Amino acid sequence: MRSQLGILGSIAALVIKGNYVSTDEIDYGRRRMLLAATAAMGGVGAVYVATPFILSMDPSEKAKAAGAPTDVDISKLEPGQLMTVEWRGKPVWVLRRNEQMLKTLPKLDKFLRDPNSDELSQQPVYTKNAQRSINPEYMVMIGICTHLGCSPTYRPEFAPPDLGPEWKGGFFCPCHGSTYDLAGRVYAGMPAPSNLVIPPHHYVSATRLLVGVDSEAI
Amino acid sequence: MFDKISRSLGDLREWADERFPVTAFWQDHLVKYYAPKNLNFWYFFGSLAFLVLVIQLLTGIFLTMNYKPTADTAFASVEYIMRDVNWGWLIRYIHSTGASFFFIVIYLHMFRALLYGSYRKPRELLWVFGMLIFVVLMAEAFMGYLLPWGQMSFWGAQVIISLFGAIPYIGDDLALWIRGDFVVADATLNRFFAFHVIAFPLLLIGLVLFHMIALHSVGSNNPDGIEIKKQKDENGVPLDGIPFHPYYTVKDMVGVVVFLIIFSAVIFYAPEMGGWFLEKDNFVPADPLKTPEHIAPLWYFTPFYAILRAVPDKFLGVVAMGASMVVLFLLPWLDRSPVRSIRYRGPWFKLALSVFVVSFIGLAYLGTVTATPLATLFSRIFSILYFAFFLLMPIYSKWDKTKPLPERVTEK
Repeated sequence: MRSQLGILGSIAALVIKGNYVSTDEIDYGRRRMLLAATAAMGGVGAVYVATPFILSMDPSEKAKAAGAPTDVDISKLEPGQLMTVEWRGKPVWVLRRNEQMLKTLPKLDKFLRDPNSDELSQQPVYTKNAQRSINPEYMVMIGICTHLGCSPTYRPEFAPPDLGPEWKGGFFCPCHGSTYDLAGRVYAGMPAPSNLVIPPHHYVSATRLLVGVDSEAI
Repeated sequence: MFDKISRSLGDLREWADERFPVTAFWQDHLVKYYAPKNLNFWYFFGSLAFLVLVIQLLTGIFLTMNYKPTADTAFASVEYIMRDVNWGWLIRYIHSTGASFFFIVIYLHMFRALLYGSYRKPRELLWVFGMLIFVVLMAEAFMGYLLPWGQMSFWGAQVIISLFGAIPYIGDDLALWIRGDFVVADATLNRFFAFHVIAFPLLLIGLVLFHMIALHSVGSNNPDGIEIKKQKDENGVPLDGIPFHPYYTVKDMVGVVVFLIIFSAVIFYAPEMGGWFLEKDNFVPADPLKTPEHIAPLWYFTPFYAILRAVPDKFLGVVAMGASMVVLFLLPWLDRSPVRSIRYRGPWFKLALSVFVVSFIGLAYLGTVTATPLATLFSRIFSILYFAFFLLMPIYSKWDKTKPLPERVTEK
């Protein structure tokens, strides 16, 4: 009987009656194997069924498409001033650094975790330089702390009481106290692991900046 | 006349019992469920936790009738509930105050277990289910806090979801999957709404059911930490047990009344609790471009948040925070004392528990303040003490000098 119906018959008998009664000796090894095989097949099926539900939570096509570059007019930016624009829902900072700020940068190297921007994922190749910028005067970066995603505060002043006498101007994250210099380079010993990210960008003219695309992409 | 009614009611019960075990359930879980007769003040919090769960479910249902889960409308719809919906302010304040009270009650309930060793054999699974409820409750509260779409909602969610990003290799993709967008956005809000109003409440109710089944299978522990089932009368009833109904139902009602007086006082006179229950920055609509000057999670998350901040490394900080929860799960296996209750423990356990309480409250405070070097130093000290309480427990609980246990429960 069992051999005539084969595996399907055995499974059907298991499902319908819960146990397989036969005049033959019950083959428990075969039964266990069939149960395990059925469970494994069911498991594979469950994974297949779960897949569309899990993937439905990934960013939708609409969310992925909403990455248009942002046009920034920097003509009104004064030396020392910071402006914030939105790109892909994130704050992007454009900081016009003054003479003194630029002079301070190399002096800070020994206090920083990655002074030479060796971590390549944090900036496009054309900003891997001492000032982390295309034009040393203008610093462009994403204003999101690399620790847990807060937006740090611009603190250009020297030695304010809350940041200590060694403070030479930079960015302070209010969430967990990470500090960055005015090139978005993280200080050593901070919870944040890496420098602030620099988005792809290029200058369309002397006073117009396009955030979101490299120059060669156009 | 009355005779007739009571007879027909009796018939109705018989009819029902043949089809559904009404009487048997009533007997097994209330009238013939024997609880130790010496349960004290600390035993109010289990039933109170259940009460708050019911309050949150009811108020939550009514809030969803007017709340709109999109980034453009969420903040305004909460203000609409507060200003224009009839009694909306009350329902919303009951729900928001209920969240904080849920954690007050749960923390006291857990502390009771620490005091009297309620997690010890054979109540390990009871404790594990309870811990799962605690974790699910934290997730539930966190997702609920995003819904008003205020500044704290937004940046709190940004920070917590970024925690997942700290996991090596899969972290960034995982955080992206949770958010459903490259930043916390409409997609995140909408899915958190789904989780908050249906997925996690279902999970919570299921776990509460498991917690109750485990409790009613092993029975309540008591302040003496001895098993009342060891001393039974000729009918198999524990000598130190009294029926849950009416004795503890009546006692719990006193607790409920006192609780509701305090709860109402907060709802009517201090629903924001000076920024502790509803943070001031959350009355500002979410701005993805600007983090508030001072950001802290709500008070019930701050002990764990302080541990996260104490570690000067992104991934290890997340690991430490996760570990601070995991050690709680392991409590039944870390405690090697021959006695359960603090009443019969020796000086070492009492000292350790005191240090733990100070560390936990210290961390809770430090999690609310700005990360100054001094605050970070103290966070580190308290974090070490927090873990020491658990990790050294197998040693000090075993070697501690204990007092002899009584045969029967004691009552003062």
